[in-house]
Amino acid sequence: MTNPVTQTSADPDTGKTPLVEMKDISISFGGIHAVDHASCELHAGEVVGLLGHNGAGKSTLIKILSGAYARDSGTIFVDGQEATITNPRQAKDYGIETIYQTLALADNVDAAANLYLGRELLTRWGTLDDASMEAETRKVMNRLNPNFTRFKDPVKQLSGGQRQSVAIARAIHFNARILIMDEPTAALGPAETEQVGQLIHQLKNDGIGIFLISHDIHDVFDLADRVVVMKNGAIVGSAKTTDVTKDEVLGMIILGKCPPGATPGPGALTE
Amino acid sequence: MSDSPKHEHQDSGLVRFLRATEVDTRLLGMIGALLLIWVGFHLYGHFVNGYGAFLTPRNLWNLSVQTSSIAVMATGMVLVIVTRHIDLSVGSLLGFTAMIMGVVQVWILPKFLGLGHPMIWVITVAVGILAGTLIGAFQGFLIAYLSIPAFIVTLGGLLIWRGASYLLARGETIAPVDQTFSLIGGGPYGTIGATGSWILGIGVCIGIVWLLVSGRKERIRFGFPTRPMWAEYLIGIAGTAVVIGSVLVMNAYPWPKGIVRRYAAANNIDVPEGGLFISHGFAFPILIAIAVGIAMTFLATRTRFGRYVFAIGGNPEAAELAGINTKKMTMMIFALMGALTGVAAVIASARLKSATLALGQFDELYVIAAAVIGGTSFAGGIGTIYGAILGALVMQSLQSGMVLIGFDSAIQQMVVGVVLVVAVYLDNLYRRNSV
Repeated sequence: MTNPVTQTSADPDTGKTPLVEMKDISISFGGIHAVDHASCELHAGEVVGLLGHNGAGKSTLIKILSGAYARDSGTIFVDGQEATITNPRQAKDYGIETIYQTLALADNVDAAANLYLGRELLTRWGTLDDASMEAETRKVMNRLNPNFTRFKDPVKQLSGGQRQSVAIARAIHFNARILIMDEPTAALGPAETEQVGQLIHQLKNDGIGIFLISHDIHDVFDLADRVVVMKNGAIVGSAKTTDVTKDEVLGMIILGKCPPGATPGPGALTE
Repeated sequence: MSDSPKHEHQDSGLVRFLRATEVDTRLLGMIGALLLIWVGFHLYGHFVNGYGAFLTPRNLWNLSVQTSSIAVMATGMVLVIVTRHIDLSVGSLLGFTAMIMGVVQVWILPKFLGLGHPMIWVITVAVGILAGTLIGAFQGFLIAYLSIPAFIVTLGGLLIWRGASYLLARGETIAPVDQTFSLIGGGPYGTIGATGSWILGIGVCIGIVWLLVSGRKERIRFGFPTRPMWAEYLIGIAGTAVVIGSVLVMNAYPWPKGIVRRYAAANNIDVPEGGLFISHGFAFPILIAIAVGIAMTFLATRTRFGRYVFAIGGNPEAAELAGINTKKMTMMIFALMGALTGVAAVIASARLKSATLALGQFDELYVIAAAVIGGTSFAGGIGTIYGAILGALVMQSLQSGMVLIGFDSAIQQMVVGVVLVVAVYLDNLYRRNSV
């Protein structure tokens, strides 16, 4: 952060600086280019679906943004300023919160302990303020999932939906500005998926930028404003969901073929 | 996203009682098992040998002293096992730090300070605990930063530190240790006496009541559900009864006649007809173990450090993603284990009044067994400090009980082994049914 670089690629339609811009990100694991010079951006109040097959590199790209992996090269800008993100803590300081596919919950402790994991409230003597944390957790969970009552149980004993709401509560409770949801509805039933959809609308209206990651286009097409497709670690292209059809996006995912309505990336199939 | 309906009308009276008091059923089970062992050995002695020696103040006092060193280490082992590691080196490390302390207080310090200097024990204890901490931290470093499995690092440690203590003292036994230092090991002079025990006991009782009252106030302040009043009273009365009971037992064990005679002669006290009754009261080792137990419980349940230990044990990846520095935590946990081993080494060598080559041999097994009997799970994330201390007490009760009724040492080992396996099996059953 010693030498802030102002990035240049403002949105051509609105002229606004993106909330996040990832530029030329690369990472390899033992010679395999998991992410290969990928660039993408996210605006405030925008929902971007990041699509691709299993192993296309989308989860890896997003783990670089959330600080779980350290990138080999490339730059991340937040609000147009170059951001230093090398661990999850730093990402959180930028307001980047992630709901992982695995939920990343410590199964043996209760909802409040998970909600505040790494950010515990302390009393003035420096000890854990469990009472305040439980009180806050009750408030948040009441908003998200009014049926939730098992505040004393380890989260292992909760249902899939309840666990999901704990993970979501953790991501949005600390004034997230950028929310990453990795396969948010993969483990949920129809009613719960509907609830997550409503929540995404609400967060979007609050001006939060959201990355939705999925290998299944049907999960995200209706929720997203824009899709970004990855294949073999590279960006195939991006498109507004109003400019392309589901089938065209499917072609991007499977074949890497960019339709006319999309902006091609370095991973696009060239004739 | 809804909860399954609760079947409260089906609950028996016992379940309602447990829910109201919020008492850990595992804790009750362990106390029950402990009482069973105690009464069993006593009755066996009573009927078979004609003399029940177990439930006597003398034996219970000895039991408290014998348990202390293992109990101190077991509290640290809980954190190690909770984070899915293991420490096999504690027995050898205990022997090595005891040997270091022996060398320091017998061979080195008297040369500079003079024999019996009051600072000798202070410096010795500091050196011992520091040495334990540094060695523990080093082992933790290898485990956390070089990614060598804890099993391997500490298995190496088990061999290395035992060999190191042989080299350090050329295989000699270092004795006698400093006079003041040896008091830490207990013995008639190494106690706080009857009055001291009462003051301490009453202080602890006040503490229990204060904890209950402030806990209740806190819950009311935040509008959380509270225990019914009768449950609060019951817990308060049970807690204070245990404390006062142990004060009575410890005070009921008098000094042996010979020591009383020497003490009386030295202090110009006339010994009345029928002898002078001087109580032992709580011995220093058990006070140290209790203090360590309280401090470790506080650390494990009331601090960030403790919260992170359990989070890492529950899901290491989640802990890392939540921004916890898991490598540093691992190193600190092993450093803490080393420090506690240093404390245990002080107790053990002070009790023996010497540093011997065999000191602490097989302790790692008893320490791990105590933690596991106390409900610490090798799968990680689960364990309590009080459980480990009770586990240490169960192990020691079994051992000294079998000695008292005259079991062969070969059978003693086998019984302890069987109990360990059965305890873990019962614990598994308990877990499966409690969810």
